[in-house]
Amino acid sequence: MERVPDTNASVTTQERLLPGQAPVLLPGHTLETVTDKIVSIVLRRPVTLGWLGGFVFFFGLLNVLMLAAAYLFFRGVGIWGINIPVGWGFAIVNFVWWIGIGHAGTLISAILLLLKQGWRNSINRFAEAMTLFAVSCAGMFPLLHMGRPWLAYWVFPYPNTMGVWPQFRSPLLWDVFAVSTYATISALFWFIGLIPDLATFRDTATNPVAKTIYGLLAMGWRGSARHWKRYESAYLLLAGLATPLVLSVHTVVSFDFAISILPGWHTTVFPPYFVAGAIYSGFAMVLVLAIPIRHFYGVEDMITLRHLDNSAKIMLGTGLIVAYGYTMEAFYAYYSGNFYERFMFMNRAFGPMGWAYWCLIAFNILIPQLLWIRKVRVSPPMLFATSLVVLLGMWLERFVIIVVGLHRDFLPSSWGSYVATRWDYAVYAGTLGLFFTAMFLFVRLMPMITIFEMRTLLPEAKLSEEVAAHD
Amino acid sequence: MTDAGLHGIVAEFETPDGLVIACRKAYDAGYRLMDAYSPFPLEAAADAIGFKKTQVPLLTLIGGILGGLSGFLLQYWIHVYAFPLNIGGRPLNSWPSFIVITFEMTILFAGITAVVGMLTLNGLPQPYHPIFNHPRFSAASRDRFFLCIEADDPLFEPAETRRFLEATDAVDVAEVAD
Repeated sequence: MERVPDTNASVTTQERLLPGQAPVLLPGHTLETVTDKIVSIVLRRPVTLGWLGGFVFFFGLLNVLMLAAAYLFFRGVGIWGINIPVGWGFAIVNFVWWIGIGHAGTLISAILLLLKQGWRNSINRFAEAMTLFAVSCAGMFPLLHMGRPWLAYWVFPYPNTMGVWPQFRSPLLWDVFAVSTYATISALFWFIGLIPDLATFRDTATNPVAKTIYGLLAMGWRGSARHWKRYESAYLLLAGLATPLVLSVHTVVSFDFAISILPGWHTTVFPPYFVAGAIYSGFAMVLVLAIPIRHFYGVEDMITLRHLDNSAKIMLGTGLIVAYGYTMEAFYAYYSGNFYERFMFMNRAFGPMGWAYWCLIAFNILIPQLLWIRKVRVSPPMLFATSLVVLLGMWLERFVIIVVGLHRDFLPSSWGSYVATRWDYAVYAGTLGLFFTAMFLFVRLMPMITIFEMRTLLPEAKLSEEVAAHD
Repeated sequence: MTDAGLHGIVAEFETPDGLVIACRKAYDAGYRLMDAYSPFPLEAAADAIGFKKTQVPLLTLIGGILGGLSGFLLQYWIHVYAFPLNIGGRPLNSWPSFIVITFEMTILFAGITAVVGMLTLNGLPQPYHPIFNHPRFSAASRDRFFLCIEADDPLFEPAETRRFLEATDAVDVAEVAD
């Protein structure tokens, strides 16, 4: 009898652990306690001062975004530091950074599901939420960068009185389709995963308003065996579809650069190294969220050191792919024998913005090598600090590619420089506000750990041998 | 309670084993109109009540094929017929440039079909279902397992069916109003 996703018990319980390895779910839990623990975070826990303080702070930042966007619409993109030759600036740096962060959520929810990694069950829900919010932040930037965002719908092919259609040979249009498909599929995946848990909320809530709202969202889910079977089938299919999708999204983002003829952008290493970089920064963000969440909400028994350890290993692995990408960029510059490629590299490392390149090497390659040490991987504070460094490093990577790549091209007469203005910083800080405001609301309003998948990790949820062996 | 107002007889179990064994017994006894309820996916229960195959994968495949075709044909029609533009001397049907969007549309349509298809086949959203009349049914989304033999089943006989369910591992057997 085939059980579809990740229900292989043995890996998740104590039996097959290596010496010193933490389990995915600490012992002592039953169907009841798992449910109660996750439900009570939302339905029973009062609003704490810490949550309120954090929420107010990030909500304030979100309002900075509103102000900055309003002023941008009023004055135009001239309030930013962009100009010829650096036309892309912070907006596209932030776009690529945010969309990359989203990738870890899909990796956890889809790819690790297909690979039957049972440990993903306790971190997939908030990682998917992280994806959704990161993509929302990412989506802001191309819109704001358009200059006339109220005409943004022109990028979609629709019959219009002007008689024109979008240019499908442009990677920028591929991006529109890739990112909007990604946002749609991520939202579906997230919502589908929520339905059975929302039914649990509906059945547990005592507040009539909460009961009604969760009831509406659960859509009458009743846990029927027929429903579960179709549900599992759809969920697995969605995971199978999201897997190539997530790899394609950052590939398409890298095409925005690689399809051009600019030195430093026009390389074949871009797609794989962008995808690896995306997952790298995404896992850093997962850790930046998971470490405080498990601490403040007391879910150390569900998000265990094993999760931190595994996430750190994925960071280390993808970080090494990124390091390979940087090495290859330098190698191409040397081996191509192309004057402009060489100049681009020398300018990147030793030009006026060389500091950014060396910071990036330190943040993305040197410091994360600490993750080889097991003590670092299972120490929440060290891991938190390393993750912040990686997030900063990955932001600098996009800054180096975009700003340093654009500011000096083929002709010295067309060289320029780039200085970000306060509005650039305001919009960036504002999207951080949007992201964390959404995360703060999410942990208080939705089950941040997938309850029904946690149940499948329990020994009591398994059929006994003789029952399972039937026919 | 009369037969007409009866949705079925519901047995409650404490373990997935109890539920699955009871499902198999009921199926072997000839009952067909029944449903099992569990707080997490339990494929063995679906198999046991005779629900072995879902249409979701087929629908998803059809959705994906339609998405891919419409994605490619949209680009082909626009660039060859509706709005032909010579870009760097490329052919009007420069299909390699159309691959990305064809791929994305395949995924988009397949994904939406999987979700909408699953919900539609499941009959969700469903504002009312009689099983919720069971006083302890809220435990089905928590830690209990239920088997309902529905009154519309040809073999259904209130007293007989109740005796049948009581003979299983059920901790409780109750009638549920329609």
